Amino acid sequence: MDIIKLKHITKQYDDGFVALKNINLTIESGKFYSLLGPSGSGKSTILRIIAGFSQPSSGQVFFDGKDITDLDAAKRHINTVFQNYALFPHLNVFENVAFGLKIKKQPMDKIKPAVKEALHMVRLDGYANREISELSGGQQQRVAIARAIVNEPKVLLLDESLSALDKRLRKDMQFELRAIQKKLGITFIFVTHDQEEALSMSDEIFVLNDGMIQQSGSPVAIYDEPVNDFVARFIGDSNILSGRMIKDYEVEFANNKFKCADGGIKPNEKVEVVIRPEDLDIVAPEKGNIVVTAQTQLFLGDHFEIKAVDANENEWLIHSTNGVKLGERVGLFFDPEDIHVMRLNESQEDFDARIEKYEGDENEN
Amino acid sequence: MKTKKAFFLVPYLAWIILFVILPILLILWYSFTDSSHSFTLSNYVTFFKNGTFLKMMINSFWYAFLITLITLLISYPAAYFLTKMKNQQLWLLLIILPTWINLLLKAYAFIGILGNNGLVNKFLHLFGIGPVNILFTDFAFIFVATYIEIPFMILPIFNAIKEISPAVIQASEDLGASKWQTFRYVLWPLSRPGVESGVQAIFIPSLSLFMLTRLIGGNKVITLGTAIEEYFMTTMNWNMGATIGVVLIVLMILVMLLTNKKTKRKKVNL
Repeated sequence: MDIIKLKHITKQYDDGFVALKNINLTIESGKFYSLLGPSGSGKSTILRIIAGFSQPSSGQVFFDGKDITDLDAAKRHINTVFQNYALFPHLNVFENVAFGLKIKKQPMDKIKPAVKEALHMVRLDGYANREISELSGGQQQRVAIARAIVNEPKVLLLDESLSALDKRLRKDMQFELRAIQKKLGITFIFVTHDQEEALSMSDEIFVLNDGMIQQSGSPVAIYDEPVNDFVARFIGDSNILSGRMIKDYEVEFANNKFKCADGGIKPNEKVEVVIRPEDLDIVAPEKGNIVVTAQTQLFLGDHFEIKAVDANENEWLIHSTNGVKLGERVGLFFDPEDIHVMRLNESQEDFDARIEKYEGDENEN
Repeated sequence: MKTKKAFFLVPYLAWIILFVILPILLILWYSFTDSSHSFTLSNYVTFFKNGTFLKMMINSFWYAFLITLITLLISYPAAYFLTKMKNQQLWLLLIILPTWINLLLKAYAFIGILGNNGLVNKFLHLFGIGPVNILFTDFAFIFVATYIEIPFMILPIFNAIKEISPAVIQASEDLGASKWQTFRYVLWPLSRPGVESGVQAIFIPSLSLFMLTRLIGGNKVITLGTAIEEYFMTTMNWNMGATIGVVLIVLMILVMLLTNKKTKRKKVNL
């Protein structure tokens, strides 16, 4: 069921800066969404428009089928977990969590069990009488979540909510957020610039850049089939090479012809080819699809990051569990499925349509 | 190292002893002695038995309270909107500017403005009203005192409100609070330290205002400040003057303790 719909949302600030250009998106209830993009991409602006802190210059916001574009933030059944938590420093944990219910004039004998339940959900049992200043960053984060979910919103918005935590804690909170979302069964919309965070938690990701949605889809789809080089570069590391389509399922790049898994593109059309660094296997030179010379190598704990150059001066980024000798010629091997072909300036609609068409062909064969 | 530190403390200690502790001790000594320098409690007995002094005390309190309240009512919204403005520094400067002018000068300026031949009456004359007697009334006294104190209230409140993160206000709205509820439960308690220091900066000096009571209030408003001046300068009864001074100091300490009181939080059992 659709819970939130943005229709033709545009946001232009007084100084002329256009933050959002014709955003259309649909949010279904009960799913975990991420708005992913670099800073200035408009992801937080979308969140603020959904929350009601910001008015779109044009376009409409629908909630449960009703137009809420002009509705006050206070009257929306949406709660927010703010970037720096924005807890009330003059209130203790209990009073912070109880705030929304007290505003709604709920009786104390209803507030207490609700607060207890919310604190239990974020694993802060027994913290009710603590002052905010006594809590660690991770605990404050949990209080902020409890303060939001105690109001039983249909949609919870999280604005870069994990970015202030250290790496370990962030990983833990990722698991926990996902677990809380599953338990409550409500919609989470999570804003982040961290692609790893978005990939690990989301049911669906919207990748944003320059105030436009570049691509939306499941984490796997976005990682494996980026529609353009922005998405390919922003999500994970990638090798992007310019090439030329020979015919369906055959592409030329780096002065070689390769079999690939893409089709529906005109012969001879200029394309870009994406190969993920972890899909490249280091083999003996004569066994490889391409021969490269390793130039630099970084050990990153769980893998080596190797930069190499081929005969045509193309740079290759390789992730490998084993290191190589610098300056040595090695072969790179990849399967046709590892090659992802992108058309230049292809919109997501065209992309989806094309994929459907040639995948349909495949099924017939 | 230790002796070096002690050396830097000397001017500070000398200042405190010479200009704070000694004067207070002197005032105390005067208040507990009579004109022949022998110990007596009669000054205090007079103060609390003679109705005039108590009336003056209540009077002082009442006027200081009115001045503080009116100043607060004007300054709080002003400080709030100031935090939302562009060119805040310029506006702040304009507010601070009058404090650079000597109090006496300002008082005389107001005599010129409010007097029977002053600007206000000339304006009223255009409509065939007046001359209205504005100067030397309670209203004039409170009006001028408020005007003079407003910057000292706006500044601390402005700073307190500015320190509140806008996200906290948004969080309150996000949780369903109306504008009034957000003010009552978030903005007001968070800006209270600013209000408290503003109140202290105004209420306490207002208790002992004497120049304005004379020049603007025309001695119709008699406060403890006027009484002290009267005893020291006119009747030369330093002992009674000192007694009123001690009472005033005690009152000020009480006000400070009251405005600094922290409310203890109730614990909840879940």
